[in-house]
Amino acid sequence: MTGLRTLMAGFVGVIASGTAWAQEEGYNPAPGWDHLWNEILIDITVIGVVFGAVAIYMLFKFKAKNPDDVGKGPKLSKAQAISWALIPAAVFMADDFFLSAKGWDLWNVYRNPPEDAMEVKVTAYQWYWEFTYENGITTEELVVPAGKPVVLRMSSEDVIHSFYIPKYRVKEDVMPGRVTYVWFRPEEGEAIATCTEYCGLAHANMPVTVVGKSQADYDAWMVEQQASAAPVAAASAS
Amino acid sequence: MTAQTATAETTGFNWKEWVFTTDHKRIGVLYLIGSMAAFVVAGIMALLIRIEQSTVGPTITDDPAQYNTWLYFHGAAMILAFLIPGLTGFAANYFLPLMIGAKDVAFPRINAFSIWLFYAAIVLALLTFVIPDSPDVMWTGYPPYSVTTTGNTAFYVFTVHLLGFSSILGAVNFLITVIYMRAPGMGWNQLNVFVWTTVAAFAIQLVFIPVLAAAVTMLLFDKYLGTHFFDAAAGGDVLLYQNLFWFYSHPAVYVIFLPAVGILFEVFASMGKNRIFNYKACVYGGICGICLITGEVWVHHLYVAGMPDWLRIGQMVTTLLISVPVGLIVLSMWGTLWRASITYNVAMLYAASCLFLVLLGGLTGIPLALTAVTIHLSETSFVHAHFHFIMALFSAFALFAGIYYWFPKMTGRTADGPLAVFGFWANTIGVNVTFWPLFIVGVEGMPRRYWDYEMFPQFEPYHQVATVGAMIIAVGMTATILNWIISAVRGPKAGENPWKSKSLEWTHCPSPPGPGNFPQDVVLPEGWTPYDYDKK
Repeated sequence: MTGLRTLMAGFVGVIASGTAWAQEEGYNPAPGWDHLWNEILIDITVIGVVFGAVAIYMLFKFKAKNPDDVGKGPKLSKAQAISWALIPAAVFMADDFFLSAKGWDLWNVYRNPPEDAMEVKVTAYQWYWEFTYENGITTEELVVPAGKPVVLRMSSEDVIHSFYIPKYRVKEDVMPGRVTYVWFRPEEGEAIATCTEYCGLAHANMPVTVVGKSQADYDAWMVEQQASAAPVAAASAS
Repeated sequence: MTAQTATAETTGFNWKEWVFTTDHKRIGVLYLIGSMAAFVVAGIMALLIRIEQSTVGPTITDDPAQYNTWLYFHGAAMILAFLIPGLTGFAANYFLPLMIGAKDVAFPRINAFSIWLFYAAIVLALLTFVIPDSPDVMWTGYPPYSVTTTGNTAFYVFTVHLLGFSSILGAVNFLITVIYMRAPGMGWNQLNVFVWTTVAAFAIQLVFIPVLAAAVTMLLFDKYLGTHFFDAAAGGDVLLYQNLFWFYSHPAVYVIFLPAVGILFEVFASMGKNRIFNYKACVYGGICGICLITGEVWVHHLYVAGMPDWLRIGQMVTTLLISVPVGLIVLSMWGTLWRASITYNVAMLYAASCLFLVLLGGLTGIPLALTAVTIHLSETSFVHAHFHFIMALFSAFALFAGIYYWFPKMTGRTADGPLAVFGFWANTIGVNVTFWPLFIVGVEGMPRRYWDYEMFPQFEPYHQVATVGAMIIAVGMTATILNWIISAVRGPKAGENPWKSKSLEWTHCPSPPGPGNFPQDVVLPEGWTPYDYDKK
């Protein structure tokens, strides 16, 4: 039991040391995703081409020369049979653990938002999104300062939706009764966010624009929002 | 030899012989007809879906509800009413007893009950098109949507109940048949690989179907009886359903995959006149290995569903480890072609193209096994293309290989004419034209289950190519099915064993086999295997 605890402490230490570089500039899920994707694409392409080439070779090479010929497939000895099982299994497992380690690394980036991240609350409805900022301002499009990490805390008021920004490579389901999160580092310019969990009639019709503005433009936009929200707030208070 | 074991030279069609039959072969044929009927209707739905997607904005319907019904029917019918009954219902029913030298299954009347449950389910599913507020819950039926929708979720639930009940009865029946009714002297290491894969598929069905049945029953209770299993506002949990659903539905992938693999081994061995490469590694490492891990990987369907991080990481590792048993099976499959003596016919063409489909579908599953990569890819066309290659296309092509391979056994005729070859090439080209563009737009972020994609107009050309592919498949499948019907009636007569196979269903019984299957009791020579081609 103590052994297990030591092991777990070790794992926690590894994760903690991972979060030490969490505040650095390059700490960003989207380029991390692209990098891992390219590596995996190479991995699976190599495997696919090797197996595919061998298949094509055999399909042409081992055509029957004469209809009464029979195959001459090898009859394996016990040692050969075991080797042909264990060695490939070990190779497959090695690739599995190699990919797992890579995947876990990126996963830690995805799941550990930087501490200075700005939080926005996302509420999903059939069939639109609502964004609430830390100062209480609620909008129907997501405007964020470019370059600064943003965490979305998400929940749904009806059925399950899923908030997906293809450009920033993030997605997580948005459910009633639970709060889920994603974080990303927005760039200047527009990106599309859309629903990716089937939610009924207008499932395909809830795209929303994610606008990345420079800090100055963002501040100006926020002041504008507050100004237009203030009379409403005053009216509802009176 | 008694009158009972005469060959099936029928004296004309008698419907009672089919409706009241308890003969596993006739039940197999009934499964084939029913599952192909489901395939045709669900295939037409696929074509409508693809046509709708060919332009941004409304193409043939401006009603998303209509489109969602097509999606629902296509998914539910293809998986539950075509692939599973086609592979385990048809292929196992007809050929498993023949391969083990049994006169029938252990419980023929229960078998007859199963087939009519299956037909009742098909009728229930077809009612989708005539009832008001047809089900629109996809084949997954996730709550709260399936509970709050105005669609008739009950039709979905009862269809699953009927098919599940039918499959459980089939599973008990076939497991007992293989355990107790093998020909004297036939040991476990002498079984056809197809028998092993079928046993594995039925074992999985028996363990996991009750979980699905429970999950959909809870849906029914939530929607119609006011319970709150999945209602977060009343203390329920929306994720409970997804966990239960995928606890069955991931293993269900192997219920489809394994018998498909089994058929391919039979075709490769018979057409290549070769022994199975490393049989024991394939059976005990590959097939049994899949059975062992299959219940530990379902969370990869919930990678973006807010599951605890440690669970997602743990199941990322188990999911990747599936590549070990699958890799052993693939290695045996490739090895079975090594130094083979291959005779090409349409069955072998389909089987050969499956080698490439399994690579495409299997390898594109590797990025999806990684939680971090799936965050971007889940619920996109990439997933859609991946599971079509591995589950839909691979398994359907394997089933078609099996139909061509066993056609002479079932009808006494071959079906390898030019129409069959044309159908094969159209299908092969069609599936690649359809699904490669979907991989590409998937990586770019095209979501699944979208009636319209006005926010991504740049994907339109890819969708158009995919739609052309779907039309090529439609032409190919029309030729294929027409060819089967024509060949069954007028195809050239095949001998008893046209492929010179060593498997029991070819060597010991006539084509087609009569009641009781075997004219003489099956006696196996010492050291017999279904693959001993090098013995004279």
